Amino acid sequence: MSWFVEVLASVLLIAGGIFLFIGSMGMVHLRDFYMRLHGPTKATTLGIGCMLIASTLFFWSQDGKPDIQELLITLFLFITAPVSAHLLSKAGLHMQLHHIDITEGDPVELREEEVAQKPVPHPDKGHG
Amino acid sequence: MIASRPWLPTPVLSLLLLFVWLLLVRSTAFGQIVLGGALAIAIPLLTHRFWDARPHIRKPLLLLRFALRVLKDIVVANFEVAYLIANPWRKLRPHFIEYPLMVEDRFTITLLASTISLTPGTVSANLRMDGKSLLIHALDVDDEETLIQHIRQRYEQPLKEIYEC
Repeated sequence: MSWFVEVLASVLLIAGGIFLFIGSMGMVHLRDFYMRLHGPTKATTLGIGCMLIASTLFFWSQDGKPDIQELLITLFLFITAPVSAHLLSKAGLHMQLHHIDITEGDPVELREEEVAQKPVPHPDKGHG
Repeated sequence: MIASRPWLPTPVLSLLLLFVWLLLVRSTAFGQIVLGGALAIAIPLLTHRFWDARPHIRKPLLLLRFALRVLKDIVVANFEVAYLIANPWRKLRPHFIEYPLMVEDRFTITLLASTISLTPGTVSANLRMDGKSLLIHALDVDDEETLIQHIRQRYEQPLKEIYEC
């Protein structure tokens, strides 16, 4: 295994680790639910991406044949991360979780008078 | 492009499924191709009724450019968000923003919302029931209008050109 690949893989691993660490730190450090959503959707995608590229490089130089299977993980992550973030924030809005006071903008979903306190029955048959 | 037949409702998706299957099992043995092909036919047949009709791609080259741009923006977004989180002295100005949608198709809206979630400092939080506007939560924003214009020009305009014209 060449010296160059070794250095490149290590740099990518360290960078990925740093991104993952910062992303997780955001979960602790940021002040409200909606801000905390930003960490896992972004900082971690690049972190995982770096690590997978490093792993692909390493095994490529060891086995001598490219193996792009691991890039699939990145693809799945790119597809699923926005969806799960959207669902989480939707749930947060539904529960009317509080945001910190300096947040600007006043979404309808969080206004007390706009949101009915009782759940609205579903219009389909069999739900009331 | 291959025409769709009753037993093959989505040819492109079937090809993609076969490709992903072969990547997952890491072999191109004949048996795996047969198994992957069977799956690629069976899965769309079982599930295609759940989906909306997917609009045709009108400009594939533009789609490629859009994908590359989004990939680049994802990398930039990661650096930006990492910096915002890691710098304890920076005052964040989080923002809820109503984004009036120009695209109408559900598939295009999904693409746009996913793009917004993956790119700098914004998460799409809620799609209104009427499908006319998107609620975005941004981590650090100076000016609401600039961000809306930015998203409109950078992501929505190309998407509209690619899928709807």
